[in-house]
Amino acid sequence: MSELIVKNGFVYDPLNRIDGEKMDICIRDGKIVKTVRDSAKVVDASGMVVMPGGVDIHSHIAGGEVDTGRMLRPEDHVKDVEVKTAVTRSGVGFSIPSTFTTGYRYSKMGYTTVMNPSTPPLQARHTHEELIDTPMIDKGTYPLLGDWWISLEHIRDGLLEENAAHIAWMLKAARGYAIKIVNPGGLEAWGFGRNVHSLDDVVPNFGITPREIIRGLCKVNTMLNLPHTIHVHTNNLGQPGNYVTALETMKCVEDLAREDRPVLHITHIQFCAFKGEDWARLKSGAEDIANYVNNHSHVTIDVGQVVFSDTTTMTADGPFQFGLYHITGNKWINHDVETETSGGIVPFQYKRSSSVHATQWSIALEIMLLVKDPWKVFMTTDHPNAGPFFYYPKIMTWYISRRAREDMLKKINKRARKKSLLPTIDRELSLYELAIVTRAGQAKALGLKDKGHLGVGADADIAIYNINPERADPAKKFVSARKAFDRAAYTIKDGEIVVKDGEIVKQVFGKTYWVDVECAYNHCRTTRAQADAELKKKFKDYWTVEYENYPIREGFLHSSAPIAVKADI
Amino acid sequence: MLVTLIPKRASKFPIEGKNISPDVFAKKSAKEIAALEMWEGNRKRSIGDLFDIKVDSSSPEEVTIKIEGNVGTVRNIGFRMSMGEVIVDGDVGMHLGEEMSGGNIVVSGNAGSWAGSQMNDGTIEIKGNAGDYVGAAYRGSIKGMNGGKVIIHGNAGHEVGCFMRNGVIKVLGNVGIFAGIHMNNGTIFVQGASQGRAGAQMTNGKIVLAGHSEDVMPTFTIEDVKATVKVDDEKVEGPFYMFTGDLADNGKGKLYVSKPKNPYLSSYDKYLE
Repeated sequence: MSELIVKNGFVYDPLNRIDGEKMDICIRDGKIVKTVRDSAKVVDASGMVVMPGGVDIHSHIAGGEVDTGRMLRPEDHVKDVEVKTAVTRSGVGFSIPSTFTTGYRYSKMGYTTVMNPSTPPLQARHTHEELIDTPMIDKGTYPLLGDWWISLEHIRDGLLEENAAHIAWMLKAARGYAIKIVNPGGLEAWGFGRNVHSLDDVVPNFGITPREIIRGLCKVNTMLNLPHTIHVHTNNLGQPGNYVTALETMKCVEDLAREDRPVLHITHIQFCAFKGEDWARLKSGAEDIANYVNNHSHVTIDVGQVVFSDTTTMTADGPFQFGLYHITGNKWINHDVETETSGGIVPFQYKRSSSVHATQWSIALEIMLLVKDPWKVFMTTDHPNAGPFFYYPKIMTWYISRRAREDMLKKINKRARKKSLLPTIDRELSLYELAIVTRAGQAKALGLKDKGHLGVGADADIAIYNINPERADPAKKFVSARKAFDRAAYTIKDGEIVVKDGEIVKQVFGKTYWVDVECAYNHCRTTRAQADAELKKKFKDYWTVEYENYPIREGFLHSSAPIAVKADI
Repeated sequence: MLVTLIPKRASKFPIEGKNISPDVFAKKSAKEIAALEMWEGNRKRSIGDLFDIKVDSSSPEEVTIKIEGNVGTVRNIGFRMSMGEVIVDGDVGMHLGEEMSGGNIVVSGNAGSWAGSQMNDGTIEIKGNAGDYVGAAYRGSIKGMNGGKVIIHGNAGHEVGCFMRNGVIKVLGNVGIFAGIHMNNGTIFVQGASQGRAGAQMTNGKIVLAGHSEDVMPTFTIEDVKATVKVDDEKVEGPFYMFTGDLADNGKGKLYVSKPKNPYLSSYDKYLE
């Protein structure tokens, strides 16, 4: 029995409504408990902030595309080399860090759970291999299912129950956590060199629209009782004027909301909050987006904050990446077209001097600050698309300190500065609110019941930062706050101290979450046996892999953590 | 300050020599220099382990490093140097003068690949041959040599000046294929023969081939015949065919190819009438 007590810290635990109260946290065998014996090891957190371990709802850290991005960019790695230590392995950092470095850097910032937001089911094995090799954090991955032929056929034929049963099978086959939808219909069209441009464009060869795909999969998500909502990257991403598409996407599932619970997560919404007819007239659509989110409870969003840095963009949105390749003239890779989705990779540099990039930076901050309820909006950089994840501490200071924002605002493009709404926004997030947007809210949206809080029974994933809110206002002393978030005083993972003073002291390997849906095939026109037989036939006719080889065995995951749910069908 | 390094033994393993640079040696005693880190394969060593060191600190301002003997397995000599001089009496390894921004390097023997890669200023003179990627960008990067001068008295390998952005590379011997590939600006002069495909995907800059060239890429278009060409303030006697390209990349680069050494190019004459 290993016991630990974190003493005298200022605890910020929003899920249990604890706001900076000075208290002790007791840990036994990796879980938070009420009391421990006197012999428990003591972590002195006096004068420090104690929060649940950070949770990242959307960060591309593993998979075929991430790895191809690594291969595309040797020049990205050479400038950021990590030497091995007695505890850690060597690796490289910058925009697409190697798996071990990814784990270490997250852990040093006090993060303990990270979700990899996209994997083509066909490449799930590769994704899981890399996730297994990513130490220090618990993880999961979302299979891309918005352009999956069988889903599209089911939706076209109105067979939603059958589709739900099939998606339950797919989630298990890919050991996935949630349904990821990227540019619905567009990726399928991209396989034939085309795209869709609105929610009501017809997807070639299927005769259905993106609206029908989103609504269909949203209903499926509800039927399956999945812990997370559908995770949507909208159509028209990265196009001027696309805030309309984002609003329409949110509106299109309004009537499917149940009991004030969210049914839709729009990811990296900054990339689809552009107003204006073209790049020269680009304006922020943040106010419209924030207004909508403020008035509706069926949607959560993450921001996709731009940081000014050299990075590598990678999404399953092949047509978007193709456009980006033309804008930048950079090298690129068209990826995954042979799988259930598509994809593209383009190196990219966000420059303060560019009015478009600076406006994007401003949009993401405006959305974060204009959405009143922090439980609806989360901090991400869509790593590595808008910037590498290890810039989070810098972003946190922009949230908690108006002065930090103004410092950056002074340095950005003049035209972008003029258009920015930031000077009109006084709001500074409190540490309590910061804990929501960086962990508690994300864990809640993911439906991870043991994460993101410090109540009895929760996983003992804890971040301790050397910030004393009694002594100095972090909004004023934002530089030292940034340093504290950058190098956690302690990170505790499953009850073990893994980081001390910003250095890894112990290497641990986290769990892989996936959803195990129990599905009885009620209300389906086919039985399980018939559905299997049909699927087997399809594999034989169309696939390059065998039906038997497609699913990943549970034993393949080193530390499998299934979340059992019972479907309504 | 004159520092003389004499290799104690030949090594068959690559040696990481980033610390052999006037900027690092400046204001250091013989003892401090001897303690500087070097890696021989996967073993950590110091300069003192691998070299005998003599320090003459009579003029402490200007640092000259003299290496007496072959250091063909030592890479990254003169890495990021900004001043002083490195004189090598023998061969050197890969990445000579990488990212240097000033000073001189003179090598009496041969140099490995990537000599002057990503350099910004200063000069490198190699009396023997050089390997591939002289003045090139790092793998994957589009930022090659951005200034300074590289003179090679012998031959150079393939892809001389890959992604070159500025500066001058002179090769008095022959070059391999793809001299000036992806070049953006600057000048490459080749006195000897070229194995062809010079200037592939160049967008700007100047390549002068004074010897025989295996071919001129079909994506270059003939513009003129010039009697002389200026290379780094010197006039080179021609006559030269002048091409522009690479049109596959909307390039405006200039490729000069010697007329007398390449009689097979006379088929272009009819386009000039």
